[in-house]
Amino acid sequence: MSEEFKLEVVNPEKSFLSKEDVTEVVVPAFEGEMGILKDHISIISFLKPGIIKIYSKLGEEKYYVEDGIIEFKNNNLSILTSSIFNINDIEKNKIDEMLRVAEEEIAKDNISDQAKYLIDQKIEVLRTIN
Amino acid sequence: MASLDDLKKRIASVKSTQKITKAMKMVAAAKLKRAQDSAEKGRPYSEKMNNIILNLSEGISDKENAPKLLSGTGKDQIHLCVVMTSDRGLCGGFNSNIIKKAKSYFSRLSSEGKELKIITVGSKGNDQLKRIFGDKIIENISFKNSKNANFFDAEKVSKIIIERFQKEEFDICTIFFNQFKNVITQIPQAQQIIPLKTDIDDKEKSEDNYEFEPDEDEILTNLLPKNISTQIFKAMLENSASEQGARMSAMDNATRNAGEMVDKLTIEYNRSRQAAITKELIEIISGAESL
Repeated sequence: MSEEFKLEVVNPEKSFLSKEDVTEVVVPAFEGEMGILKDHISIISFLKPGIIKIYSKLGEEKYYVEDGIIEFKNNNLSILTSSIFNINDIEKNKIDEMLRVAEEEIAKDNISDQAKYLIDQKIEVLRTIN
Repeated sequence: MASLDDLKKRIASVKSTQKITKAMKMVAAAKLKRAQDSAEKGRPYSEKMNNIILNLSEGISDKENAPKLLSGTGKDQIHLCVVMTSDRGLCGGFNSNIIKKAKSYFSRLSSEGKELKIITVGSKGNDQLKRIFGDKIIENISFKNSKNANFFDAEKVSKIIIERFQKEEFDICTIFFNQFKNVITQIPQAQQIIPLKTDIDDKEKSEDNYEFEPDEDEILTNLLPKNISTQIFKAMLENSASEQGARMSAMDNATRNAGEMVDKLTIEYNRSRQAAITKELIEIISGAESL
């Protein structure tokens, strides 16, 4: 039996990525990283800033996401996100820019704890890929 | 009858108008292709989002304490209407169709004794509504500077709406936009976004239960504002495709009308030229006869 399932990544503008043959996807879910294999139970969860790792026969791909929702059902994984980049395509100065904006934001004191936590995560992730 | 010179000038002016409308048609056609493309590509996102929300709202355990964005305030006294139009004119009935739809909705509301608040998106809608409903318009948003509809703009609009909802300034929110069917047909739509209308088809109901992480309530509170942005973004995409479609067919008509007008004027020009020649001939002949 094959161990593959379908993955679709959509952002508001278009269908970003569609694959039929992924074997494992690791997503940065809100309450920690979560690996999804075939026949996972149906689940809906949130993403926090982090790296999506997609494993297929062809190897591993990594994408950076800032937010999003995932839905897994009947071996279909849908990821809805408004901000996603392939780590290999992203330019260094863009990361620097995003890092700068995030650091500015966290310096403000009128943000909620949750927002602070998210930005913290974002900075951490951006630093690691930088 | 107008003099020959006048006719000549008119023909020239109609011809140059025709050139302009023709160029506008071509531009609209090119833009339409792109807008239509992005409207189609944007559909999966909003559909998926809708699906997830449907599944979620079914799974929600405590209906009483459901987020207000889903269940509403329990009243329907104050209506907020978001009328989405274009920033540019010359697109046929595009804007007036939305306005017409909105106006009939407004008059129904006022006959029911409901209170009305309006947010206009796009300057053309504001221009048309401010004469009659000027005192009802609480905000006017315009994205003249953005080239294409983008998600960022949609988020701005939804932020404004949600902020006002949290201040309990309204109970029900409806958006008005044109849905793109094809180049000639755009259907003005009224869609209620707060509280969310969940018209679930029984056959689409999913049997299996989802696992949620974190719990349903938290997901819903986070998801609903996103859904509003998504719905507004969808409306913006549909609108921009409709606008270009409407403009294209309007300009096509204008070009054809200009062509007809040139033909008519040319005939008139030739006739009066002929008449002048005949007149001159008669004058010469009768002058020669009298000698």
